[in-house]
Amino acid sequence: MKEISELNFPDDLKYAGNHEWSKLDNDEVTIGICDYAQDQLGDVVFVELPQVGDTFDKGQEFGTVESVKAVSELFIPLSGEVTGVNENLEDTPELVNNEPYTGGWMIKIKPADVSEMDGLMMKDAYLDMLKG
Amino acid sequence: MKNAVGTTGLILNEPLLWKIGKKGRSGFSLPRRDIDLSPLDSALEGQGPDFPDLSEVDVVRHYTRLSTWNFGVDTGMYPLGSCTMKYNPKTNERQASLPGLAQAHPLLPPQLAQGTLKIMYDLERYLAEVTGLPAVTLQPAAGAQGELTGMLIFYAFHKRKHQKRSKILIPDTAHGTNPASAALCGYKSIPVNSNKEGILDPETVAGQMDEDTAGIMITNPNTLGLFEDNIRQVAAIVHAKGGLVYADGANMNAVMGIVNMADLGVDVLHLNLHKTFSTPHGGGGPGSGPVCVTREIEPFLPVPRVIRHEDQYRLSDDRPESIGKIHAFYGNFGIQIRAYAYILSMGADLKKASQFAVLSANYIKERLKGVYHLPYDKPCMHECVFTDKHQQQYKVTTLDIAKRLIDYGFHPPTIYFPLVVQGAIMVEPTETEPKENLDQLVDALISIAAEAAEKPERLRKAPVNPKVRRLDETTAARKPCLAG
Amino acid sequence: MRYLPHTDDDVAQMLATIGANSLEDLFASIPADCLRKDDLDLPGAMTEWELNKHMERLASEMAVCPEYLVFMGAGSYDHYIPEAVKQLLARSEFLTSYTPYQPEVSQGTLQAIYEYQTLTTRLLGLDVANASMYDGASGLAEALLMAVRVTRRKKIYISSLCHPLYRQVVRTYFEPTGYDIVELPYLKNGRTDLSQVTDLDACAGIAIQSPNFFGCIEDIESLAKKVHADPKTMLVVSFTEPLAYGLLKSPGSLGADIACGEGQSLGIPRSFGGPGLGMFAAKKAYLRNMPGRLVGQTKDLDGRRGFVLTLSTREQHIRREKATSNICSNQGLCATAAAMYMAALGGTGIRELACLNRDKSAYLKGALAHAGFDTPFSAPTFNEFVVRFPGDSPETYGRLISKKIVAGLPLVSYYPELKNHYLLCVTETMDREDMDLLVKEVTS
Repeated sequence: MKEISELNFPDDLKYAGNHEWSKLDNDEVTIGICDYAQDQLGDVVFVELPQVGDTFDKGQEFGTVESVKAVSELFIPLSGEVTGVNENLEDTPELVNNEPYTGGWMIKIKPADVSEMDGLMMKDAYLDMLKG
Repeated sequence: MKNAVGTTGLILNEPLLWKIGKKGRSGFSLPRRDIDLSPLDSALEGQGPDFPDLSEVDVVRHYTRLSTWNFGVDTGMYPLGSCTMKYNPKTNERQASLPGLAQAHPLLPPQLAQGTLKIMYDLERYLAEVTGLPAVTLQPAAGAQGELTGMLIFYAFHKRKHQKRSKILIPDTAHGTNPASAALCGYKSIPVNSNKEGILDPETVAGQMDEDTAGIMITNPNTLGLFEDNIRQVAAIVHAKGGLVYADGANMNAVMGIVNMADLGVDVLHLNLHKTFSTPHGGGGPGSGPVCVTREIEPFLPVPRVIRHEDQYRLSDDRPESIGKIHAFYGNFGIQIRAYAYILSMGADLKKASQFAVLSANYIKERLKGVYHLPYDKPCMHECVFTDKHQQQYKVTTLDIAKRLIDYGFHPPTIYFPLVVQGAIMVEPTETEPKENLDQLVDALISIAAEAAEKPERLRKAPVNPKVRRLDETTAARKPCLAG
Repeated sequence: MRYLPHTDDDVAQMLATIGANSLEDLFASIPADCLRKDDLDLPGAMTEWELNKHMERLASEMAVCPEYLVFMGAGSYDHYIPEAVKQLLARSEFLTSYTPYQPEVSQGTLQAIYEYQTLTTRLLGLDVANASMYDGASGLAEALLMAVRVTRRKKIYISSLCHPLYRQVVRTYFEPTGYDIVELPYLKNGRTDLSQVTDLDACAGIAIQSPNFFGCIEDIESLAKKVHADPKTMLVVSFTEPLAYGLLKSPGSLGADIACGEGQSLGIPRSFGGPGLGMFAAKKAYLRNMPGRLVGQTKDLDGRRGFVLTLSTREQHIRREKATSNICSNQGLCATAAAMYMAALGGTGIRELACLNRDKSAYLKGALAHAGFDTPFSAPTFNEFVVRFPGDSPETYGRLISKKIVAGLPLVSYYPELKNHYLLCVTETMDREDMDLLVKEVTS
């Protein structure tokens, strides 16, 4: 596992306490897990994602991510309806490790209330949380 | 280390089964045809499965070579914690293969099956004597199925009282199967933390036990190899709220003749015949997981029960409160025969087996405790738990230590279990290993600790002696290849 | 005692190292009120030779071949087991190892199980097979729980021609779940009647057995079509006699979503009902929902082929209460035996052996019909069939037993409407003379 200083956290994303990142583009929010989360999990071997059209309330479990010997739940940082899932992860789950912010994105949602984005952390606040 | 048993030797390659043989060969002596063909409706017939055709020699070489890539108890010491890898007596194999027993049909009328019924009846009595719990079913096919049987009994017990409880208490030192077994009966697992001594505090249990909780599942001795000193108080707390006490008897090898489980307040307990009673583990099964209960719980046991009337034995389904059947027939009878033969061979020496198992574990604990970190430094039962804490400074992990032990000629201990101990190394020597082997294991572990400081790379690259080195489990899971 | 190697001297030295005075001292930390006061009351230890005599005496009380002719199948079959299979299985590297937690020193078990999985998929015509379940009955229960998980529907139908004891096990497993189990009746020809299934869209799965408990071969293909009229509903095909698939079209090729059953026929002695082998295979789409352990192929650090336990995140030790099953072992040695047996038979051999079973059974069925006995079910059979003995059949059955012939299984205790009906089985181990003798005795 890496030191926090060795990890990458883009400035233009919002972070949740459960280590998911969110990015707002027009009316759609893309969600994935951050560099810290993928590093903690180790080699990701499987990602279980919801179906387009499923709706979730903020904080609900929307899927799981598996490494060889662990399963972790994924919690949605804001409420909304799933508008897209990253189907590439089915065959290449390693994208979560290799490109957590680009090719490793997990779902896109249409948020129920965009203002929920304001409740998420900016990079600095998130880093402070990690450093405890 | 001088004179380590581990070495390299002649290892032969062997292809996959379907890469050998040739169409038209046969490894089977087909019985003579003394009747005519009577073809079926051709719409039902297929081409037959795509199996390779092999000669008997092909088959024998194939599996003989495969077998040499395995490490078994007969190969060497196998101190796999929680699994009781004791010696599997050869005579047990003979008894189980006697034609009268091995060829017996399970649905024979009872007058034609007195031998097998008597074995089951007597084995139940012996297991009752060893555990102190008077009623026994042999039906569960493994420990996990014994647990499921136990949870179904809990469910039926509360249902009789028109109660549907939703929770079950499971200590953090429990086996991983416990929550999964409980979940099948709709029970939500409530973890109970052990105290800094590694055992349960009655106050903690009292704080969590309520009338919506079906009971508690305790492993005693627990998975840290420690006796649950407060078990009687814990049982009283659970009983006071109408709950039941389940004991996972996986670690019974420590306490045969030492404690009586009924006296401890246990209502339901499963045994693992493949652990405590010397039956072979067979590369992962078949096991056998009898369940022993108090008289109060007996009506719930699976059917059929073996009963004796005068000198005749028969099976009875007449148990209206029974949970039903858990196995098509009577469980893994072939394994029950082996355990029966073991008990008859040992007699009262079963107590000595437990004493020696505990002696050996404490001996290893004493000899290694300066070398490896010992999270609970107190007398242990039949197994002891170390960690890699002292070796972390060299960036050497429990996994590396375990893998290096293979090169020294030992099967590694159980690792990373129990979960309450980070980097756990759980050693269970069993009573059948002589002192020389215990010393050799200790010496190997001391030598590995020295290597960790001086040549850590050697550990990280281990093992180097077996047919294959560390395997890529990530790719195996990402791109599953489960059939050829 | 020959399994306990510690000498008095060893014990003294070890106690000294520990700092204990006696063996009893080792248990001094256990509270006094927890210690057992009495000694174990068990029979005195037997010598190896006494044990041999004792066990032989017990074994001699059993009705087995060659003294008895046992025409009984019903989920437990008498087949010849090659000596090579027995000897190979006795190799202690297979026998005395455990779950392959350390793959580097378990490649023998792992490759053997991988090959077993492969042969099982080929036999059953499905994509993936697990390393085995306890037996056919618990395998069926797990398959139906899996159908509930996959479809998120809470009702299953099960054919009344699935093995009656398997149905009891299914009921036990389902009791606390609250899921609905409905049994389907059978047709006059001895096959399952699906006409009562009116709510396919609410149903997780339908379980049938083929060959079924009456020995009749189900028309899996047309059943599958009916079941799949709702694309989510799953067809589970159970079996007790896998040898049949040496000859019959495989359940997978006919549309089964899951095939599971008892593999005892494949090189495993009957042993009074266990240990057997729960064979379990499914379509690939359901892989992540499968119970039980799986062996997968991979490579080692040097790029050499090797095998590991894989996809274990489905299992109890990781997913705990959310696991696909609580099973944490398999019938490893029995699976290995089945693989060895299938290897010894080969593709050619298994077909020939299956034909021989069918033909011998057809011979007896024909001879009994010729002698005037009713064989009430007209659907084609494999190596078992139902026959009705006229008159006071329990007396006939008893008379045959006194002649050391067990004339099948009386069906009345499982199917009360089938008084005087018996389920008979003939495998390759029965000679023509044996069958002729049965016909002669039953008609006399």
